[in-house]
Amino acid sequence: MSEYASLPPASTIAAWRILLRGAGVIVGLFVFCFWAAKGYHQGWTQNQVPVPQIDPVTEIAYTTYEDRFVPGLDYLGGGIFVGGVIFAATFIPSRSRKCA
Amino acid sequence: MTPIIRSIAFAGFTIISAVAAPQVFDFKDPKGVNAIEFRLDSVLEPIVGTASEIEGTITFDAAAVATTHGKIDVGADSLKTPNTSMTEHLHSAGWVDAKQHEDISFSFAKLDDVKSTGDNKWSATANGQFMLKGVTKDVSVPVTLTYLPGSFGKRVNKPELPGDLLVVRGTFSIQRADFGIKPGQNEDKVSPVIQLTFALVGGPEKK
Repeated sequence: MSEYASLPPASTIAAWRILLRGAGVIVGLFVFCFWAAKGYHQGWTQNQVPVPQIDPVTEIAYTTYEDRFVPGLDYLGGGIFVGGVIFAATFIPSRSRKCA
Repeated sequence: MTPIIRSIAFAGFTIISAVAAPQVFDFKDPKGVNAIEFRLDSVLEPIVGTASEIEGTITFDAAAVATTHGKIDVGADSLKTPNTSMTEHLHSAGWVDAKQHEDISFSFAKLDDVKSTGDNKWSATANGQFMLKGVTKDVSVPVTLTYLPGSFGKRVNKPELPGDLLVVRGTFSIQRADFGIKPGQNEDKVSPVIQLTFALVGGPEKK
């Protein structure tokens, strides 16, 4: 007897589950790639990035802010969590159909 | 005493008085450089931001540095972090409550432990009152002062303008619970200690 005999036939996995699993993986991958492409920032997400400056006469160091989005670890974690939830949702068993 | 000698003596006295007299420095910086940096350790990385709406005056006499006194006000709603949501959270009633308590201030009546550290440079301790969220506490702030005679015009790109600059730098820490900021809450996630660092420049007072 084949070892695959105990598995359900492939046709029993609904198409929406396959699509959702794919979507979950894509969301997770997209978030990871976006975070990596924006510089692997390992702190909090920033949407106003501090830019250090020096005043030439007084030599005072001060900060200006630049409107730019830099995703942080909270963004990465949130995105992967959302992807994981989408993926995990496909394992929720269907409600059993009542026979007529 | 002849009239000539009397005139010279009077002129000399006037010049010495003008140089030695205490000067009032205005810390509302026309270039907007003045800021106070705050830092709190947190789980992921320190939360670092700035407060930039600085006003106030300091009266300073290079011949009697210990008599330096003044008051600096900071607009609570100018507190800013690199994350807008975090900034809004910081302004909320649980934190600095910027709507109810618009000003954060520090005032001091004199300097203690004044030591000269170079030409026109001093270190000292400013013992004064720090007010945050409507609560006033005595704090001791180690400061350094740098007096830059005749540098005001150079700084604002108008060398013809007379005036001196006074740069005040310092760092001190406060306990957020002392000022009613989430006392005893989330201390494992956000440090109970807030470190404040400032570097402020004051120019001639506008008359």
